[in-house]
Amino acid sequence: MFIAIFKGLWLTLKHSWKTRETIQYPEQKESMPKGYRGLHKLLRWEDGLERCVGCKLCSAACPVDCIYVESEENDENSPVSKGERYASVYEINELRCIFCGYCEEACPVGAVVLSNEYEFCADDRSKFLYKKDDFLVERNDDYPELKNRYSEDKLLTYF
Amino acid sequence: MAIAGIILIKVVVVFTVLLILAAYMTWMERRVFALVQVRIGPNRVGPAGLLQPIADGIKLMFKETLIPADANKIVFILAPALTLIPALSSIAVIPFGDQVVIFGHQVDLFLADVNIGILYIFALSGLGVYGIVLGSWSSNSKYPLLGGLRSAAQLISYELSLGMSLLGVVMLSETLSLKGIVDAQSEMPFIILQPLGFILFVICMLAETNRAPFDLAEAESELTGGFHTEYSSMHFAVYFLAEYCNMITLSAVGATFFLGGWRGPFLPPVIWFLIKVIAFMFFFMWLRATTPRLRYDQLMNFGWKVLLPISILNALITAGAITFFNL
Repeated sequence: MFIAIFKGLWLTLKHSWKTRETIQYPEQKESMPKGYRGLHKLLRWEDGLERCVGCKLCSAACPVDCIYVESEENDENSPVSKGERYASVYEINELRCIFCGYCEEACPVGAVVLSNEYEFCADDRSKFLYKKDDFLVERNDDYPELKNRYSEDKLLTYF
Repeated sequence: MAIAGIILIKVVVVFTVLLILAAYMTWMERRVFALVQVRIGPNRVGPAGLLQPIADGIKLMFKETLIPADANKIVFILAPALTLIPALSSIAVIPFGDQVVIFGHQVDLFLADVNIGILYIFALSGLGVYGIVLGSWSSNSKYPLLGGLRSAAQLISYELSLGMSLLGVVMLSETLSLKGIVDAQSEMPFIILQPLGFILFVICMLAETNRAPFDLAEAESELTGGFHTEYSSMHFAVYFLAEYCNMITLSAVGATFFLGGWRGPFLPPVIWFLIKVIAFMFFFMWLRATTPRLRYDQLMNFGWKVLLPISILNALITAGAITFFNL
């Protein structure tokens, strides 16, 4: 019995020299896997125009109905998107969203994607109603991890 | 007046240090556990998490005190204090340093040199059982009652072996006073003459303080929290503190009896004493992180059929050796 206890003590002593596995969260962050589905983002084309054409397919695909889209005709002189229409209102209730990624799959222009961002807590339910401005990226290059979220050859290319 | 003043200051200093040490032992325990379990442990509150015990204390103070409806209120509230007072008082006879001169006054670094010091410690640790049993009984709940009864049976049966294991040292030093025992170790610590006694003492010490692998009184898996299941807030904190004070006291007794007390080269006596106590405490924690809990019948068998005979044998051999070699 005593031999076993000393063996155990030696084992625990050996463990105490091992390198720690802990990730010190706010300072160190774990890198998310490639297919991680976090907060939504709305992407742009390379020339700065919005990808979203306001087709509402994401809204239709959403199994929990958390996406609300209103679309308007593009002004021909200063278009917002490349298609005929653009999304004037684009809202997602992130509390209702189950992060299934169907919106991403349904999108014909690769506009809405799920990013790696997972830190979006708030102290009020109303703060989880994300508006278009909260999703729309300034430049795609700011989010290199979103590059491979959609495959270019599957997108509609009629414009 | 000056002497009374010095004694008062000593009492305050010793108890403050003891309580702070007990609080910081919780921090140390968590860090040691984390070390063994390849984690980091509390490191957020203050540098290296050193303010964690204070944060925990504040949290416990602001918690609501819950008293079960069927509990015996007076005993329920009194019981934690009944455990803490003996735990605190027994530190009084332990010498933690030689005589020093502070501001022209000769100050002995112990609170009291009782000539039956070790008996006093045993008497108080026997009284500590009352707090546990009364606390568990007054909760009027089944888990605390079972835990308290286990604890009482365990403490009583291991107290015998604990006393027996120290008997060899007492015979060698021919005194019951702890100061005398430290003086008798000026040439070599008694761990060399009494290795078996030391091993027995460490085992009994674990059982006396309800620590793993003998922590049946608070076996989470079967008794939830043991005798303090129904306690919350400061009452719980007092139990907790008493437990750690007991650990520190018994570590100090072990250091005094077997490791030469405050004696040691180069460093000042008080530092040596603290190092020895903390080494004991580290062993406590290390063992808790390693060993599984004993079953209750194993515990009783081990206490009565193994430890007690061996400790009596140790006492007999020591007595024979003293008579034979005229030590």
